[in-house]
Amino acid sequence: MEMIFWWTIFPYICGTILIVGTFYRFIFRGKSWYAPSTEIFEKKWLRFGSVLFHYGIIFAFIGHVMGVLIPIGVYEALGVGEHLYHMGAIAGGGIAGLMVVIGLVVMIIRKFSFPKVRVHTTFGDYFTIVLLLIIAALGTYMTLIYSYTVVAYEYRLTIGPWFRSLFTFHPLSELMLGIPTVFKIHVILSFFLFASIPFTQLVHMFSFPVRYPTRAPQQYRSRNGYDKS
Amino acid sequence: MKIKAQVAMVMHLDKCIGCHTCSVTCKNVWTNRPGMEYVWYNNVETRPGPGYPKEWENTDRYKGGWIMRNGKLHLRAGGPISKLANIFYNPNMAEMDDFYEPWTYDFQHLHNSPKKENLPVARPKSMITGKYMDKPEWGPNWDDDLAGGSAVVPMDPNVQKVQEHIAMEYEKTFMMYLPRICEHCLNPSCVASCPTGALYKRDEDGIVLVDQDACRGWRFCQNGCPYHKVYYNWNTHKAEKCNFCYPRTEAGLPTICSETCVGRIRYIGVVLYDADRVKEAASVEDPKELYEAQLSVFLDPFDPEVIEEAEKQGINHSWIDSAQASPVYKMAIKWKIALPLHPEYRTLPMVWYVPPLSPIMNHITNANELCADGYIPAVDQMRIPMEYLASLLSADDTDVIRRVLLKMAAMRVHMREKTVGGADKLKVSKLLEEAKTTPEELEEMVRLLAVAKYNERFVIPTGRREMDGDLHYKQGSCSIEDIAPAEGMTTYPYERSESQ
Repeated sequence: MEMIFWWTIFPYICGTILIVGTFYRFIFRGKSWYAPSTEIFEKKWLRFGSVLFHYGIIFAFIGHVMGVLIPIGVYEALGVGEHLYHMGAIAGGGIAGLMVVIGLVVMIIRKFSFPKVRVHTTFGDYFTIVLLLIIAALGTYMTLIYSYTVVAYEYRLTIGPWFRSLFTFHPLSELMLGIPTVFKIHVILSFFLFASIPFTQLVHMFSFPVRYPTRAPQQYRSRNGYDKS
Repeated sequence: MKIKAQVAMVMHLDKCIGCHTCSVTCKNVWTNRPGMEYVWYNNVETRPGPGYPKEWENTDRYKGGWIMRNGKLHLRAGGPISKLANIFYNPNMAEMDDFYEPWTYDFQHLHNSPKKENLPVARPKSMITGKYMDKPEWGPNWDDDLAGGSAVVPMDPNVQKVQEHIAMEYEKTFMMYLPRICEHCLNPSCVASCPTGALYKRDEDGIVLVDQDACRGWRFCQNGCPYHKVYYNWNTHKAEKCNFCYPRTEAGLPTICSETCVGRIRYIGVVLYDADRVKEAASVEDPKELYEAQLSVFLDPFDPEVIEEAEKQGINHSWIDSAQASPVYKMAIKWKIALPLHPEYRTLPMVWYVPPLSPIMNHITNANELCADGYIPAVDQMRIPMEYLASLLSADDTDVIRRVLLKMAAMRVHMREKTVGGADKLKVSKLLEEAKTTPEELEEMVRLLAVAKYNERFVIPTGRREMDGDLHYKQGSCSIEDIAPAEGMTTYPYERSESQ
């Protein structure tokens, strides 16, 4: 049951909602696609919380690519041993995790303590921020505390191959049965977060303006072509 | 040569009475909705004063506009790479308190209050939080007509710059009104600041607009505009700005602020300019040369070569006709009495201002023997310091302001001599020579500045559609393109693919 639902069906449901929902929102609800900001109401706490969180989550994303997407064989071929990898993962992941957690806590406090910010915070905003905080706290706990006190779990042999196998549509679900519970919760909640992306402010991450540095500074458009661009 | 047409505006500050009718009508048309309560596309500032938002001219704080670095033009707030690094928090953006927290009044309380010893009052209530505000401390035009007050004058960045010349003694105070809309610049820094490319300048008329579908709310345009005329709608989380009432100008009508201007201070017209030369003009090293550099970008609409080239590049003949009759061309380029606001921001703004004359500080002695040349020292002793006007309109070049004021004074002297007599002939005077003008030109100016009717003040060609492709398709489907019914389609899709 656990194998079939949580490690086979559930990830695909979440992935489908993410992809279909995101395209639906972009195409049919385009005007709701933005990076909602309350900077106009409050700046000082935002500077601390937002910057810490966003840079932290970018580092955390890179860390997950290194730990989950890149197979363990690559590290072995490069001569990066298990000990060296875990040292790097704990240091880098721990710092990134703490940045995310502290940033999120600051952002939650800010949302509660400034009336102007609070009235403009929706259920979706609270949902996202709380879910992110739980996931990030679990991840940081796993990296900094669990790996020292219980076991330095080698997720590159179980979670990594399972996650990659989802993309080939031959999920190796049996790999996930034996992993520690805290890892299971972290993974399931993350997939739940992925599924919620199209319904929350998180869609703004797909709009990071990477083309800005290469485009012409001045933009001209003709009235005729305004709806084509 | 890449010829483009620009719809532009001139405001004759001598005629502004500070009634705020422009602001109110603009507000009622464009910004009376949730998220935009604090926004005034058009506002009238009493100067000297902090303006709206407070200290918007403080480029050290908001970092708007362009700056020359190593001979090249850069955004003052930083280029694309530094913007992407700062995208999670914009350090230079204004907060709502720099504008003001919008509020309404609890009028219902006047109806519902039980009988009491004291009269019920309508308490102010924030439109952001819905909570009562015990004491609003700043609001739209909070300092209206208070220029000279010691609380607001030091907040004016122009005053800070020319401080030694401006005394705060009561008998030396001065004030003027400065109505402001988006400048629809030739070299807009808001457009260059937008990471997504949602802001753009329209090819046909140069109006700068925000594409609401493309805007992602990154907020760099807000302070990227040195005039602080792009606003953040906290409800839709997108940028909005003055759109020069394009639905009206496309129909040949003036903007709502101009239409309703009580003092008739506003003039709208078309100018032709060479888009290829814009960057070069914005990049001259000395800020004082920016005014002349901007003038050099404009093209003479009477020049047969320009006309031929403009038509070749698809500018409709009615637009060329309008450029020839344009009041903006006359005031800004031909007579040079209208000046751009803060040319030192290097955005080449396209809303121009005729500087105001003001009372003379010292009495003119021997009023009976007043001669035309007596006006020369009078201009130099006007109540509004020339340094202050120069700080606003000519990048601190007082010579430019002096020339304009002399010309305006010469116009008055000439008309007084003509209608009342009593002064000596202007033709031979030194005033005429110093103002670098002729009686013929002055009489033309009087016509436009004082007598001109609606059709002379507003020369706006309609947004012509003849050049649009596939007009047959648009017939019957205009404005409902998305759901155009089949009967609106007199050209069928297969025919369109054949003709191309």
